[in-house]
Amino acid sequence: MASITREEVEHLARLARLQLSDAEIDHYAGQLDVILQSVARVSEVAEADIPPTSHPIPMVNVFRDDVVRPGLDREAVAAGAPAWEDDRFRVPRILDEE
Amino acid sequence: MAVMEHDLVRQDAATLARAMGDGEVSSEEVTRAHLDRITAVDDRVHAFLHVMPERAIAAARDVDRRRAAGEPLGPLAGVPLALKDVLTMEGEPTTCGSRILEGWRPPYDSTVVERLRSADVIILGKTNMDEFAMGSSTEHSAYGPTRNPWDLDRIPGGSGGGSAAALAAFEAPLAIGTDTGGSIRQPAAVTGTVGVKPTYGGVSRYGLVALASSLDQAGPCARTVLDTALLHAAIAGHDARDSTSISAPVPDVVAAARAADVRGMRIGLVRELSGEGYQAGVSQRFDEAVGILTDLGAEVVEVSCPHFEYALAAYYLILPSEASSNLARFDGMRYGLRAGDDDARSVEEVMALTREAGFGAEVKRRIMIGTYALSSGYYDAYYGSAQKVRTLITRDFEAAFDKVDVLVSPTAPTTAFRIGEKVDDPLAMYLNDIATIPVNLAGNAAMSLPIGLAPEDGLPVGLQIMAPPLADDRLYRAGGALEAALVDRWGHLLIEEAPSL
Repeated sequence: MASITREEVEHLARLARLQLSDAEIDHYAGQLDVILQSVARVSEVAEADIPPTSHPIPMVNVFRDDVVRPGLDREAVAAGAPAWEDDRFRVPRILDEE
Repeated sequence: MAVMEHDLVRQDAATLARAMGDGEVSSEEVTRAHLDRITAVDDRVHAFLHVMPERAIAAARDVDRRRAAGEPLGPLAGVPLALKDVLTMEGEPTTCGSRILEGWRPPYDSTVVERLRSADVIILGKTNMDEFAMGSSTEHSAYGPTRNPWDLDRIPGGSGGGSAAALAAFEAPLAIGTDTGGSIRQPAAVTGTVGVKPTYGGVSRYGLVALASSLDQAGPCARTVLDTALLHAAIAGHDARDSTSISAPVPDVVAAARAADVRGMRIGLVRELSGEGYQAGVSQRFDEAVGILTDLGAEVVEVSCPHFEYALAAYYLILPSEASSNLARFDGMRYGLRAGDDDARSVEEVMALTREAGFGAEVKRRIMIGTYALSSGYYDAYYGSAQKVRTLITRDFEAAFDKVDVLVSPTAPTTAFRIGEKVDDPLAMYLNDIATIPVNLAGNAAMSLPIGLAPEDGLPVGLQIMAPPLADDRLYRAGGALEAALVDRWGHLLIEEAPSL
């Protein structure tokens, strides 16, 4: 079923926010193709009338008591941030040039 | 015989706890002995990514002080433990074996750590693992591989190779692992140690950095079945902070390990988890162990689980799909690595550069497979079909457990392979988990315990016991009986035959 081209790997990498090098794209194109061909056999037995399982132990509407608890320590969170400024996470600009 | 007359690091947790309770030895002495052992051997084994001697000794002294004051303490109080580096411990590094989290210190404890601390277990350090638990050899750690104490040129299994190697190298008598597709059981098998994946939801996932949320489960690792049960009892149970945590009493695993009795137990051999692809010595030791279980009074029958042959394919769609979503949080904005932030690049560019620099090859492979499987046009054929296979596998288990109490198989198809042998061959690597994956897909409980050395290479072989959800105690009842019979035959635990390093 699968046949992964170089262009598709580039597209997947873009979707997954991975800035791959050219060498990596070549390397992964072959490997992803082999893996996907191998896993595609799930469709051999996936008949239409079989319900899907998303979770091993079925649970619905799990509630807990709504009690006030302290949040994370602000200074400890700040210490783990890659950039912190004026009591906030500092992030790069969020809009592209165009 | 007083425990102090022996090397403290070779004692099991139950023995150490009893000796501390009797005042023969202090927790500080026990803790120092293990820290000394780590100093002596870990440059060769590399089980640990981080050791916390000051904090461990302070905790041990606190236990000793409270014991002297007559305070009632738990059954594992003062016993040292190695913690897999995928569980948060406040203020201590938690890397998940990844560069992207290098230097990050979590501001909170995982529930597992909270329970270990309230049980007065002494946490020695954080153990090495395949990056974000993706792997079966610990070679995919960004910080270098862990080595198997039985043969330093071989892998200790994965992803929890650090935890298993710490046990086999006598650096700790207890360890915590996590098991998404076999990451507790396969390392246990190839290092001659014991490991249990509890029923899904049996141990809280709060503070466990997520790989595949519907499969991940933390669990106990040790050198004996009883120690594993004691640790299981310490960490298991409902937690309101994990919505998938099971709100039911934890089965009495300690009593089951002590009972160690298979008389009248119905044990099923899974036809699909044997034969072709299994190393000769693995099959031989497995057959012998089944013979012992029969001699002990179990009723052994063969059962068929016809859809297990599709489990590997389903797993390598479901896991990457969930992982690609879970790992989206590593975007370089709130914690961990940020790369390429030069005040000119946009947030999107910085995210892509950060993830490129911070993730290793296997993580990138799986993120892309998951992204592909979830993308429109492919979703039904891949992820949707895999979820249906998951239903078929659960039905196979249900049908089998109508006939038998537990199922058994070899834990892994081979003994420990050489470092480097499969590292860039993903499909060959994935085959290591062929016998362990069905349990994760269905949410069952399972154990691996050592059953001997393969004659052809002298390396440990593990037997897997699988029980229905919430019947974790059956693992310990059967595992305890088999372990006792093997110790009776050998005169000691298998791990006693490991090289002295």
